[in-house]
Amino acid sequence: MKKVDIFFTINGVKKTVSAHPMKRLLDLLREELELTGTKEGCGEGECGACSVFVEGKLVNSCLIPSLQVQGCEVKTIEGVADGEQLHRVQESFLKEGGAQCGICTPGMIMAAIALLEENSEPSYEEIQEGLAGNLCRCTGYTKIFTSVVKACQK
Amino acid sequence: MRWIGKDVPRKEGKDKVTGASRYIDDITFPDMLYGVTVRSETSRGILQRTVFEEGIPWEEFTQVTCKDIPGNNYVALIETDQPYLADGKINHPLEAVLLLAHPDKYLLQEARRKVSLEVDPLPPVYDIEESLNQKEIVWGKDNVFKEYLLEKGDIDQVWEKADHIIEGEYKTGAQEQLYIETNGIVAVANPEEGVTVWGSLQCPYYVHKALMALFDLPADKIRVIQTTTGGGFGGKEEYPSMIAGHAALLAWKSGKPVKLIYDRLEDLAATTKRHPSLTRHKMALSSEGKILGMEIDFVLDGGAYATLSSVVLSRGTIHAAGPYLCENVRVRARVVATNTPPHGAFRGFGAPQSIFALERHLDKAALQLNLSKEELRRRNFIQEGQLTATGQVINEKVSLADLMTKAMEKSDFQKKKEQFHSENKKNKYIKRGIGLSSFFHGAGFTGSGEAYLESMLGMEATKEGKIRILSASTEIGQGTNTIFSQIAAEALGIEYDLIEISVPDTALVPNSGPTVASRTCMIVGKLVESAAIQVKEILRQSGFLASTYSSSEFSKACQSYLDKFSQLRVFSKYKQPTNIKWDDQTYRGDAYGAYAWAVYVAEIKIDLRTYETTVEDFVALQEVGKVIHPTLAAGQIEGGVAQGIGYGLYEKVVWDKGQMINNQMTNYIMPTSADIGKIRVFFEEAPYAHGPAGAKGIGELPLDGVAPAISSAIENAIGLDIPEIPVTPETLHEYWVSRKVNS
Repeated sequence: MKKVDIFFTINGVKKTVSAHPMKRLLDLLREELELTGTKEGCGEGECGACSVFVEGKLVNSCLIPSLQVQGCEVKTIEGVADGEQLHRVQESFLKEGGAQCGICTPGMIMAAIALLEENSEPSYEEIQEGLAGNLCRCTGYTKIFTSVVKACQK
Repeated sequence: MRWIGKDVPRKEGKDKVTGASRYIDDITFPDMLYGVTVRSETSRGILQRTVFEEGIPWEEFTQVTCKDIPGNNYVALIETDQPYLADGKINHPLEAVLLLAHPDKYLLQEARRKVSLEVDPLPPVYDIEESLNQKEIVWGKDNVFKEYLLEKGDIDQVWEKADHIIEGEYKTGAQEQLYIETNGIVAVANPEEGVTVWGSLQCPYYVHKALMALFDLPADKIRVIQTTTGGGFGGKEEYPSMIAGHAALLAWKSGKPVKLIYDRLEDLAATTKRHPSLTRHKMALSSEGKILGMEIDFVLDGGAYATLSSVVLSRGTIHAAGPYLCENVRVRARVVATNTPPHGAFRGFGAPQSIFALERHLDKAALQLNLSKEELRRRNFIQEGQLTATGQVINEKVSLADLMTKAMEKSDFQKKKEQFHSENKKNKYIKRGIGLSSFFHGAGFTGSGEAYLESMLGMEATKEGKIRILSASTEIGQGTNTIFSQIAAEALGIEYDLIEISVPDTALVPNSGPTVASRTCMIVGKLVESAAIQVKEILRQSGFLASTYSSSEFSKACQSYLDKFSQLRVFSKYKQPTNIKWDDQTYRGDAYGAYAWAVYVAEIKIDLRTYETTVEDFVALQEVGKVIHPTLAAGQIEGGVAQGIGYGLYEKVVWDKGQMINNQMTNYIMPTSADIGKIRVFFEEAPYAHGPAGAKGIGELPLDGVAPAISSAIENAIGLDIPEIPVTPETLHEYWVSRKVNS
């Protein structure tokens, strides 16, 4: 199949990229746009390391063909902070030890933001459930839960 | 103290939360090729022919076989038995045979599928029993990579004096490290400049040594640079030497940069895992519950090549008798060959296996002697001045009895036990239980290891008036950069922000040893402290630094010194404390400079409709010397407990003909946030004289005690003593049904 023009908004900026329509959104972001903050952990939608927002919804970018974001608004970890001003969830992860090796962190932060947008004061169990699509091997999740709880208080 | 014991911001934290950190797959070079590895499907045999199917423009591909290796075709580590690329003989599934590189990574994947290997099969050996029975000889003369015999007292005269003799057999499965960033390397290599690799790795100098042998090049022609590393847990200790070699061989032949990144399927199937184990215990006890003797037969499955197995076995052997006083001990330990991909380093390094067996066996003994699990342990805890199984005199205050008391309180053990007992009677399907483990973990290399390594660390002043630490110890998430900066800032009496950490690059930093064995804080951290003291002394003697000073005065002093002398750089080399003595021949002496001590309590729930076990509450209480950074330290323990929960309950590697067949995150189940109950971490601090500010090692400790505490709780809940892990629903069901049949 030939390459096609895919036009979409990425982190607030309109872009047109020529790509194979079935290229994974993950690869489009990383290879064509050099947005390497979005990570590949498993390539099958299991680990959540590649989580981004498409039209405000949290998705695994390894499962989305590029053509599917035609005309959509996409947001990645690079679009989360406001310039030098970190998002409250980023600040909280930084302060509370929510990031260790950091490879799951971009996806985990996207998932935490999605969770808080839906539910501004989640219970402990709701946080556990809300982040269950994002795997972390370092933290045992405990400091991530604390990070989310503290972010709610900001 | 101003910095030690404080929750300072993680050094590289901001880059991690913004996605700015550059991991290996985030790095590209112009004109770069991608590499892949063609692997055998057969587990053992003789390679006859490599067939390249039609439909692929093969002439466009760089191809590397063992014939292209400029130096030695072995991965230099301990033995020289493991080839980089199979030379006729196949010894395990997924053994690397051929390397391919091409600019188009999609075409490359297709090409890999179009290569087939014709192999004349030989009879394989797949498990410990088959290997011990010498069903086939697949390695050396007898399939045994290494054997240790650890003896204390006279075990043979103990049995007739014993009131109780208790025997048991325990099994642990393989476990995948499952760092979320898969293994990967980028290489640039040519005869003029030598070989440079960037990669996700724990031990730059292991890779350095391996590449020197592979290319037959001198040290200064090999350069290894660690990139931000997305978790290691031992899985990036020795294996990166293999990938680095493969990427570098492709780069060498093609003359272009080559990136070789494993996808998850390949990483799970082809790289190392925790060694499966089989342990037999025979224990003699008095009627008062004193352990009179322990005879332990400890066997690990090493896979097809020796790799680090002898060292893993060593740690497992030394920890096999646990933190208990026993005058008569014999541990016979062996690691044997099978035709599976080699097993390797994983956090805990042999100790989780032997400690699981011992702790389960103590529970069995307690039940038989009609003592509580707590009481049996209390009657046998080793005390200051007593001798361990290797004859090491414990010369620190042992806090296990106190830890036991506190862990009982924090977990409300007795009350919960009674409560669960009465609730379980009423509830047909939901059964709760509470269980414990007590254990120790030695920090640093075993025995003479640290003296042999002679680790070296550098420190220098920068023209900005900062201090830079030069170390090969890698940040892999555990917080090396942060704690080193705290230790240096504390010793220098300056701001934390004035400390920088050099990238671990073998061209820039000395060999501070591998990032393994819970040694980074205690051993290398101590070198940071002593280097800082040297820097301060030099600045003082030069007259640029007064006896009291502010951080800005310190910076000015550094700059003035550099203006005058152009360089301020010191090196600090590890010196074995004089009281540590070890005999490699008799395998006796001071096995470790210091031990961390711990008591863990697990509270679990079993649903007898689904046979699922869930951890509801976990108390992890440990004495680890001075805690350098409370949040990072707790994070280490919490992460270790979660891995331990996976080890005990979920993480089952399914083998078929020596190959992992559930090599997907969908099928190999690690704990998610919904699977982890409350993990409550508590530290006791007894400063260790030879650690920085009194710190000991903590990284591996938590892996040792979680699975046995969970199994102990399962026994408490349903009265089933399951002697193997993981206790998946299928395993629990099997034992539950067979018990019903038997009774």
